Amino acid sequence: MQKVYIAGIGQTPVQEHWDRSARDLAATSILEAVEEAEIDKIDALYVGNALSGELTGQEQVAALIADFAGLTGTEAIRVEAAGASGGAAVRLGYLAVASGVHDAVIVTGVEKMSDLAGPLVEQALVTSSDEEYEAIHGLSLVALHAFLMRRYMHDYDLGRGDFGHFSVNAHRNAANNPFAMFRRPITLDQFQKARLVADPISLLDSAPVADGAATVVLCSKKVAGEGAESSVEIIGSASATDAVALHDRPDPLFLRAVYDSAHKAYAQAGVGAEQIGIFELHDAFTILAALSLEASGFAEEGQGVRLAMQGEITLEGSIPICTMGGLKGRGYPVGAAGVYQVVELVQQLRGEAGANQVDARLGMAQSIGGTGATAVTHILKSPD
Amino acid sequence: MSLAKHWRMQGQRYRLIGVQCEDCGAKLLPRRVVCPQCKSSSLEPYPFRGQGMVYSHTTIYDAPSGYEGYVPYLAALVRLDEGPLVAAQLTDVDVEEVYVGMPVEMVTRRLRQQGEEGMIVYGYKFRPKLKDHA
Amino acid sequence: MMRPLRDVGIVGYGAYVPRYRIKAEEISRVWKMGEDSHHLEEKAVPGLDEDTTTIAVEAARNALRKAAIEPSRLSAIWLGSESKPYSVKPTATIVAEAVGATPHTTAADWEFACKAGTEAMQAAIGFVGSGMAEYAMAIGADTAQGRPGDQLEYTAGAGGAAFIVGPKEESMAYLEGSHSYVTDTPDFFRRPNQQYPTHGNRFTGEPSYFTHTIMSARALMDELGYGPEDYDRVVFHQPNSKFPVRVAKRLGFVEEQYRDGLLVPFVGNTYAASSGIGLAAVLDKADPGERILLASYGSGAGSDAFSFVTTEWIVRGRNPIPQISDYVNRRREIDYAQYARQRNKLVMY
Repeated sequence: MQKVYIAGIGQTPVQEHWDRSARDLAATSILEAVEEAEIDKIDALYVGNALSGELTGQEQVAALIADFAGLTGTEAIRVEAAGASGGAAVRLGYLAVASGVHDAVIVTGVEKMSDLAGPLVEQALVTSSDEEYEAIHGLSLVALHAFLMRRYMHDYDLGRGDFGHFSVNAHRNAANNPFAMFRRPITLDQFQKARLVADPISLLDSAPVADGAATVVLCSKKVAGEGAESSVEIIGSASATDAVALHDRPDPLFLRAVYDSAHKAYAQAGVGAEQIGIFELHDAFTILAALSLEASGFAEEGQGVRLAMQGEITLEGSIPICTMGGLKGRGYPVGAAGVYQVVELVQQLRGEAGANQVDARLGMAQSIGGTGATAVTHILKSPD
Repeated sequence: MSLAKHWRMQGQRYRLIGVQCEDCGAKLLPRRVVCPQCKSSSLEPYPFRGQGMVYSHTTIYDAPSGYEGYVPYLAALVRLDEGPLVAAQLTDVDVEEVYVGMPVEMVTRRLRQQGEEGMIVYGYKFRPKLKDHA
Repeated sequence: MMRPLRDVGIVGYGAYVPRYRIKAEEISRVWKMGEDSHHLEEKAVPGLDEDTTTIAVEAARNALRKAAIEPSRLSAIWLGSESKPYSVKPTATIVAEAVGATPHTTAADWEFACKAGTEAMQAAIGFVGSGMAEYAMAIGADTAQGRPGDQLEYTAGAGGAAFIVGPKEESMAYLEGSHSYVTDTPDFFRRPNQQYPTHGNRFTGEPSYFTHTIMSARALMDELGYGPEDYDRVVFHQPNSKFPVRVAKRLGFVEEQYRDGLLVPFVGNTYAASSGIGLAAVLDKADPGERILLASYGSGAGSDAFSFVTTEWIVRGRNPIPQISDYVNRRREIDYAQYARQRNKLVMY
C-alpha cells in the first residue's frame, strides 16, 4: 500500500451558474488543481457526478470532461452513489494510488442542478431512494428525511426549533467562505419561521441544490517527492452501504453505513473519534447531521441535536462541523459535495481557512447517498 | 411510458403480498430473494393483512414531478402488525389527525397517472382504521 | 318473470361511500346566491386519489369478507358504471386482480346508466343459476360528474355496492324472481367527447323513471302474486329525494318500508350504485325472513326488479366488516373550491 497525498485543490463558487455548463465548471476546477499540484503526468480522472443524465441528458461525463479539460485519452470513469458520488470518487482515486496501480490521479466532483427547476428537480433527487417502494408513492427525498426527523423528535422529546443550531452554525461559517452560496448568517428565530417543505423539515433545514465543481489531485510519495512533507495525507478511507429504503432497515434512525465506514476509517488510521479535530459531515438535512454525529461516535444515540444545542459543533466547540459552511451554507451540488468537503479540509489542515481557521491535526470528511444507503468516510492528516 | 414496470408490481401493490422465509420464519415486505436475516433463498409468497400503525409521518408541500396535483398530501412509514415497515401515502385523514402510533389499515387508491393519456397506477395507501378488526 | 333453473341468492355484499361531503346549500351559494331549492342535504365527493376502480375494489373486498369465500372461486367480476376511468380497458380486471380473483374468471364492464349494477346482477343470477358458475360478483360503482351550475350538480355523488351471487343454501337473501323492463327512451345520455351528460329535464320523470320503475316492479309482483303489503322493505333507484318516495307511494308502499333504504339525502345519487347501496343498507338492518323488493332504474331506459327473502345467514359478518352506515357517518365537509378541485373541474394543463 502506498501513502496518498493531496497535491492540489481547486473549486468553483457554488451558485446557480446560469452561463456555465457542467463540463465548463469541471474543467475550471481541474485546471486550478493541476496548476497547484505541478504534476505533468496524470494517470486517471475520476468524476463524481450523481444526476447528469437525469438533469441534462448527458452520460459518459468522465470521458467528456477529460477531453474538455485537455486530458484527452486519459483513463476516466464516472462514479455515482447519489449524494455520496463525490466521496466515492475520492475513494476510487485513493484506491488507485494506494494500490500502486497509479501514481497521480485527478478526482473531480461536478453537478449542474440549475438547468431544471421545481418538481423535475424533486423527481431527480428522489432517484437516490428506492424507486419501486418509496418514490412511486410520491415521496420526495425531503419527505423521507422528514420521517426520520419526526420519529427522532418523538423518541427523544425535541422540538423542530432545536435543530436550528445546525443551520445557524453552517450559515455563520459560510459567511467567511468566498466560494459559499449563502454569505449571510441566520438566526434561530428565522429558522423557526421558515416555510415547511415536508413537515417537520423546513427550507432552513435543507441544503440548497446548486451548481459547482471541486477537484483534488492525489499522488503517491514518488510523485510528491519532497512536497510530501508539506502535503495533506489521506490516512483513512472507507465506504459501506445499507438498505436503500428506510423501511428495509431494522432501525431507520441508526445510519449503519455511516457507522461502518467511519469505524473502518478510524481503524485504518489508527485513531478514534476523540482525535478528530474537524468533521465535514453530510448536512443535506439537519436530521442527517445529527444522526451522522451519533453514528460516527461523536454523540450518544439521541444526543446529536443536544450536542449542537450545547454549542459543541461551532468553530470553538469540541467537534467543529461544516467549518466552511457545509452543504447547508456553502451549497449542495449533489455529486460534487464530497470533493468540496475534502478541498475544505485541506484548506483547514494547511492553515488556509482564514477567519474560519480551526487548529486541528486530523479532519474527517463524510459523504452520504440518499437517506444513508451509501457512506464514504475519509480521514485527512495535516502536514508534519 | 412504463407499462410492464407497474404491471409486474400489481400483486404487491394491490394486495400487499410479500414473502415469508421458510427457514427463519421472517415475514418480509417488500419481497426479496435473499432473507436479510438468515440469508436463505427459500422465500414463499405471504399476504400481509394491511393492519398496522404509524411509525412516522410527514405532509408533503413540494412534490416530485407527476404528483403536483395532489399537494399537500400525507405520507407515513407504517409498522405492519406482522412486523415490517412500509412506506406509503396516508389518505382520508386530515393533517391534524395524524400521530405517531395511530392505527391504520390498507386501502387501494390511485398512486398517480402517467399523464392524461397514460396508464393509471393503483397501489396501497393507509387510512385511519374504520372499524376494529377481529 | 325470470327464475333460474338453480335457486340462487346473495351470499355476500358490501358497499363503499367516500368520506367527503358538499352541502347542497354550498353549491346553491356559488351558483344561485343561495336562492335555489334543493331536495337533499349533501352528497358524497370522491377524494383526489379515488375513482370508480378504487370504490369498486373496497365494495368488492367487503362483499368477499361477508361471503367468507376464497376470491379464486368467483367466476365473474362484472362492474357496471358510467364513469369508468378508462373508456377502453375493463375496470373489472383491475378489481378482479385487486381482490385476488384472477386469472381463472370472467370480467367485464357493463353500461346502462344508473342500472348498470343491477344489469350485472341479472347476468350474475343467470350465470350462477345455469350452473356455469359457483359464484359471480356484480358491482355498481360511479363517481358521477355534474355540469357546474346544472340541477344535477346537486345530486351527482359517488359510491359503490357489490353483490356476490351464489347458491340459495349459502345465501343471506335468496332470490324469488326478477323482471326487467327496457325501452329506447333517451332521457339522459352523454356523447363520447362530452365531459358532462345531457338530460331531458321533466322528460326524465314520468315517461322515464316512473314508467319503467312502476312497470318492472308491478310485473314482478303480479307474477309472484304479491302486493306491497307482502314486502317488509323496498328499495328504489334514488336520483333525488322526491322520485323514490313518489314511486313508492304510487306502488302502494309506506314510509316504514322504504325509509332504511333511502340514502340519497346523505350521499346524493351514486348512479350505478344507487339502488345497490340502498339494498345494502336494508340488508344491514334486516332480520331473517324479511321480503325485500328492489327496483332499479337506468336512463336509456330501463328498470330491473328483484324479489329477495332474507335467511338466517343475514346476520353473519355484521361486525367487524364496515356497514354502509359506517361510511355514511364518516364525513368531512368541503367547500365548493375544494369540491371543484377534487372533481377535476379545474383546468390544470
